[in-house]
Parts: sequence; C-alpha cells; structure tokens
Amino acid sequence: MARIEAEVGTPQGGLMKWIDDRFPFTSTMKYHVTEYYASKNFNIWYVFGVLSFVVLIIQLLTGIFLTMNYKPSAAEAFASVEYIMRDVEWGWLIRYMHSTGASFFFVVVYLHMFRAMLYGSYKKPRELIWIIGMLIFLVLMAEAFAGYLLPWGQMSYWGAQVIISLFGAIPVIGDGLVEIIRGDYNISDITLNRFFALHVILLPLALIGLVFVHIVALHEVGSNNPDGIDIKEKKDENGVPLDGVAFHPYHTSKDLVAIIIFLMIFFSVVFFAPEMGGYFLEYANFDPANVRATPEHIAPVWYFTPFYAVLRAVPDKLWGFILFGLSVILPLFLPWLDRSRVRSIRYRGWMYKMALTLFVITFVALGWLGVQPAEGIYVLLARIFTVLYFAFFLLMPYYTSIDKTKPVPERVVYNG
Amino acid sequence: MVNLRISALAAVLLVGALAGNAHAAGSKADLEPSGIDPGNINSLQRGARNFMNYCSGCHSAQYVRWKTIGEDLELSDEQLINNLMFNAEKTFETINIAMRAEDAERWFGVLPPDVSLIARSRGSDYIYNFLKGYYIDPSKTTGVNNRVLEGTAMPHVLGGLQGYQRAIYETREEGGETVKELTGFEIAVPGSMDAEAYDEFVRDTTNFLAYIAEPIRSERRQLGVWVLIYLLFFLILARMLKKQIWKDVK
Amino acid sequence: MTEDEMERLDRNRRHFLTVATGVTGLAGLGAFSIPFLASLKPSARAQALGAPVEVAIGSMEPGELVRVLWRGRLVFVLRRSEEMLAKLGDNDGNLRDPNSEVVEQQPEYAANATRSVKPEYLVIEGSCTHLGCAPLEDFEVRPSEQWNGGFFCPCHGSKFDLAGRVFQGVPAPTNLRVPPYRFVRDDLILIGQDSGAA
Repeated sequence: MARIEAEVGTPQGGLMKWIDDRFPFTSTMKYHVTEYYASKNFNIWYVFGVLSFVVLIIQLLTGIFLTMNYKPSAAEAFASVEYIMRDVEWGWLIRYMHSTGASFFFVVVYLHMFRAMLYGSYKKPRELIWIIGMLIFLVLMAEAFAGYLLPWGQMSYWGAQVIISLFGAIPVIGDGLVEIIRGDYNISDITLNRFFALHVILLPLALIGLVFVHIVALHEVGSNNPDGIDIKEKKDENGVPLDGVAFHPYHTSKDLVAIIIFLMIFFSVVFFAPEMGGYFLEYANFDPANVRATPEHIAPVWYFTPFYAVLRAVPDKLWGFILFGLSVILPLFLPWLDRSRVRSIRYRGWMYKMALTLFVITFVALGWLGVQPAEGIYVLLARIFTVLYFAFFLLMPYYTSIDKTKPVPERVVYNG
Repeated sequence: MVNLRISALAAVLLVGALAGNAHAAGSKADLEPSGIDPGNINSLQRGARNFMNYCSGCHSAQYVRWKTIGEDLELSDEQLINNLMFNAEKTFETINIAMRAEDAERWFGVLPPDVSLIARSRGSDYIYNFLKGYYIDPSKTTGVNNRVLEGTAMPHVLGGLQGYQRAIYETREEGGETVKELTGFEIAVPGSMDAEAYDEFVRDTTNFLAYIAEPIRSERRQLGVWVLIYLLFFLILARMLKKQIWKDVK
Repeated sequence: MTEDEMERLDRNRRHFLTVATGVTGLAGLGAFSIPFLASLKPSARAQALGAPVEVAIGSMEPGELVRVLWRGRLVFVLRRSEEMLAKLGDNDGNLRDPNSEVVEQQPEYAANATRSVKPEYLVIEGSCTHLGCAPLEDFEVRPSEQWNGGFFCPCHGSKFDLAGRVFQGVPAPTNLRVPPYRFVRDDLILIGQDSGAA
C-alpha cells in the first residue's frame, strides 16, 4: 500500500488558490509539515525537541495569565503571588503549571542536548542549528533566572543577590556592571521591576525568535537520526528519501503519543507534588524576601546547580566566575571539538562512549554537589568533577580523532 | 516504544521519590513526625479554634479568607462569626491582628511573623515540634527556650496547657571538651492537660496551619486523578492511531 | 478476505481513530481552557471589595446628594425634597420610559413612580446608560425649558429627571440603573444587597 498522502497539501481550488497567490501557505505547509521527511527510525531521544516546544507554549500561555494578576513591586510581589494562589479562581493551577513548567523546560532541554551528543547532531552540516540551540539555552537560563526573582521570596532575593554579585568578579568594570544590572545599590524594587520587564518581554521575544530560526535551520539541512546517516543520499524516483517519512502524519502521530506521556508526568507533578520535595519550589521561598537575614542554606534551583558547583569549586572569585562562564559556554564549540568521522555513538569507539558516560556522571554529580554545603569532602569532589567536566571538552579533539570507529551502514537501522 | 514506556515509568517513579523527599534538608534538630491528618475536618475545626484562641492575638494569617475556611471546614457563616472571628466582622475578610506593629516590636523585640505560609516554609513537623519544644531557661527574658528554635522571642503561650518542661542534659567528653547535649524533657510545672491531650491539641493546631498554607491542596489532588484518567484514555487512542498510521512503514 | 476489503477496513479503522483522537484532544483542550477563562472572573478579593456598602443617611438635608462607591462604581443617594417629589410626574410625557418598564434597570421594588423604596430617598447608579460617563446634578428648576431638576450627562448631553428617568431625544437609551439596596434602619441604607438576602 502506498504511503498515505496528507490532504493539507493540495490546493482545493477557490479559497486556497486565492490565499496561495498572496501568501505561501500550501508550499510552506508542504515544506515544513507534509513533505518534510525525517528518518523513520527516530527513537525516544527524538521527542525532546517537540516537548521543549510544548513546554514553551505552556510557559507562554500560563505566563500571560499570571501577568494579569502579578504585581512587579517589592511591596506587593509576594502578596500578589499568594493572591494568585488563593483569591484568583484557578490561579493556583496556572501558577503551579508555570513553576513546574520552568523545571520541566530544563529537563527536556537537557535531554534534547544530550540527544545531540549521543548522535552527533551538532556535526556538519548542523553546526548552526547547534549554535542557535546553545543561544536558546543561554536565553532560557536568563529567563529562568529573571523569573525566579519575581515571587520575591527569600530564595528569589538571595539567589539573585549571589548570582548578580558574580558579575562583580569582572576586573575594572565589575562593580559598575553590578550596579547597572540592579539599578540600585542593592537588589530592590527597581531590580524586581526591570527583571519583570526582561522576563515577560525581552527574553520571551528572543526565545520565540531563536526557536523559529532553530527550526528553519533544521528544516534546511534536515533532521539527523540515531545512525547519523544522511538520509537524503538515498532517494526514490519521486525524490523522497527512502528512509524518511513525512513529518505529518507519521512523526506528528508519534509525537502526540510522546506529548501525552509527557503531560501525564508533568501533571503528576503539578497536581501531586508541585514543590517536588523542595526542588521545583524551594521551601525558603515561602518566606517573603528579607534583606536582614540570609536563609541558612542557600542553593540555586536544581537546573543551575551543575554550573554553580563549578563556581564554588574554585577558591578565587575571578577564576570561579571565569570557569563558571566557560562551563556554560564550552558546549557551544562541540562541532569543532569533535573530530570523529562518524556522528552516531552507535559507530564510535570505546573512547567516546566512555567519555560521554563519564560526562553524564560528572554533570549529575556536579548538580548534586551544587545543593550540598560547600565544605569538607564536597569541595574536593566538586573539584574533581570540575576537572572531569572540562577534560571532556578540552581533550575531545584528541580522543575523538584517535578513537576507532565502526563502518556506518548505507541505510538506517529500522526494526518496525 | 517499549523503551518509551520504561522511561515513562522510570520518570514517574523518580517524581514519586523526589516528591517524598519533603523537607528532608534544612532542619537540624531531630523532628518527631507530626502525624497530622489533612482529611480530618474535626481536627481542622479544633485546630481553627485553637489557633484563634491562642495564636491569633499576635500572629496574622493575612492571605487567608474566612469564607474559604468556612467552605472547606464545613462551617456556616454564623458559626464562623460566633465562634472564631474575633478580629473580623465580615466573612470575606482575612485573618488580621489588632496589635500594632510598633507595639509588637516593643513587646517581643521582633514582629510576630504572619503564619499563612509557615507550614510551607518550615514544614508541619517543625511546627509540631516547636510547639512541644519549650523548656525552662531562666537566662531568657521570656523564661523559656525552645529546642527547635534556640532563643526564640516567642513566649510559651501554651504553658498553661502543657505546663513547663525542664530540659534534661547529658554531658560527655569529646576531644577534651565537655559537650552538653539536650536529651529529653520532664514536666516541672504541670499544666491543665496531660501529655496525650496536649499532643492532640498541638497536632490539631498544626493541621490547621498546614491547611491554611495551601487551602487548595485536597482539591488539586482530586482533580489530578481525573486529569490523569483522561490523559490515559487519550494515550490509548493516540497510541492506536500511531500504530495504524505507521503500519505500512517498513 | 480480498486485499481490497482489507484495505477498506484499514481505511475505516484509521478514519475512526483519527476522528476519535481528534475529538478527545479537542475535548481536552476545551477543558484545559476553562481554568484560564475562569481566572478572568472577579477574584475573591474583587468580590470582597465589591461587598455591600453602608450609607448613613440620618444627617442628610432635603435636596442633598451623596456620592458613594459600590464595587468601584459611582452611586448617587439623593434625599428628595417635597417640592422635588411633587413635580416628579410633570414631565412624564417627555420621558422614554416613565413607568420603568425596562426591567433590567431597577429591582422590582423600585419599579414604581419614584423609582425607590422610600419616595424620599433616590438611590441610583451615577453611570449614564449611553456610554458610562458620570452625570452631573442640576437641581435648578427652569420652567421655560420644562426642567424640574435632574441629572445631565456632560459627555453627550443625555438628560434624566429626579428619578433617573431618561428624557426623549437624547442618546441614552434607558433610565439610570437602580442598584439593589435596602434600609437596614431608617437612617442606614445598605447598597448591594436586596431585602431578601440575609
């Protein structure tokens, strides 16, 4: 039986023709949806892109409704969040979706990035997709950080205090820069107000723009696959890749299943554990910001802790900041650090497999260390893992070029 | 797809494990579990009465509306007005205190905190143990200290009920230094309640504080079950559709 | 079964599943939108702030107008003098709805000749039924203009008499609205609550 052609793509005379003469609707749908061919052997690692998009939509939607009731002023912010939680009908659901969504954004984005490392998705010709993706990640971090200040709880305040002070480590301009970020001599109403502007206007706009470009770039070169093979090299008589299936209805129907499973997990947290044991909503953040008292135990939200652990591992303010910045930025250079001739981990040698395994352990360990007190054995461990973290990237040109690779098959591996 | 299912299961288990980790970090003292029952309306009603009689003189709960309490604890407007609402006239008002901030600072040195969210920021075990943790300490102006929060400015408001406890210390040598460790309590001045009745009193009060910290809690759990049932049904359909569509991909 | 039949069955099954999944998804989206739409309704605080308002009228002089806010909306309380009440019926011929027949504009108990519970006291919303401007009072009697006193809207020139009834030939379509209210005591009005409610 022939593949089922989707109906969207065919102009249906009158109205569609009228529109198509003025706007490239049908051709755009074909190019991006019904005739965008991606490999048929996508596995679970390939759902996190679309899931990131789902979370983005959830965050935008809930964010807009939160904005309708939130007050970005030091005097009113904390109370306005409780107002949303208690007085606004269904406000609690919208707020929990937004706070849970923030964490889930990082869950899916980290897994999405890991997918790229598994199957070499950043390698030629997809370097630009990777770079744009990294920019999205940076903007996302800024967005999450700005958003975390808004509830104006103890963790909001002191977390922002610590991270903003980081910039003070930069020689010469540091102190001035910190004042410009805060807009005051300490974190204040003014800081809150401008972080609100960044969180609801500038950064979401940048995010949406970058996501758009990310997808356009992807559709230009085509999706990678678990075998790291270029499926466009083997086409049938109609010019359709032999190993490709159309995004719609094939990948859409598959993605729908993934989205529903994701929503089940997401809503399990929203309805049954919105605090997630203090990881998604930190307990100290239920106390309003108090300039006079730092909470005993202060740690950033979980998704920043790997980088935060790097910062704390270094016993020098400036170098701590530099290594912290590098740890965030380094993955950007992966397309050039990786010298392997193959993309997918399936055909790489033991060296990369070991290095990647070690890297995952390192990243998780750093994340865990970031919430532990900075004393004793934890400091030592943080230093060891910091070294491993950097070694993974800096030694990559070496171990990927001497690593023995296996021959890559002609066609993708697909077992129905 | 088997892969996908296993991953989903693993993720759900992880959610459960992390969620169970409530308030694991942060507190130093060993806390006895509070054993509150959020579904017990009678306990919550008693807790509301305890709170209004003993706490609300100094502690506000400024985000909590009487109306909400009435609806959730099955109390009529008359019952609320006649039995609980000392500082308010209308049921849509929130729980505020009559004490002025300056007075409070003069009397206690600090402003007694608003307790709307105290059970979320500290945990219910903390409150339960705090209310049970007062002991005689003549060096303090209040005459008492607290095991859970050393040097608290709050006097032992419930002293008349619990009585006053004396701390029992154990001293031992550790690295050439004498370490004095608090190991338990004994009643020095009996109160009007025996230990069991007082535990119950504190448990009810803690239950009420946990309730006002998140009045929506039981509702969200109920709703969550329905949402998951719907999603499961949707999942089955979507899965069948996906299989049907992918049937001829070889 | 022939291959053709198989294929037809297959197509039917696929069609059924597509529709079933689509309907289920849409139903879910519909349910999902409820919290968002419901969150736009007045919140518990808005409802609290919109609670009934008490107005003490014991010290009002005849002819005195008091402005109060109920639910953030302007409400006029006017103590009409005997003279004002006496002339109230004079202009009935020039009014659009002299007998208060438009039911939405007043509670049942105010659908009478004086549009009030007690003839002396007029309680009326200070919001022009044209486009919501606040009318001004003009209690001067000018027989030449057939004006026995009333309210005048500065925005678009609508005119109302001393019972808030709209004149003909002006933009406002209906009489000024009478809010629900009741007398708690002879000298105390509660605006926002009917006599029926507790």
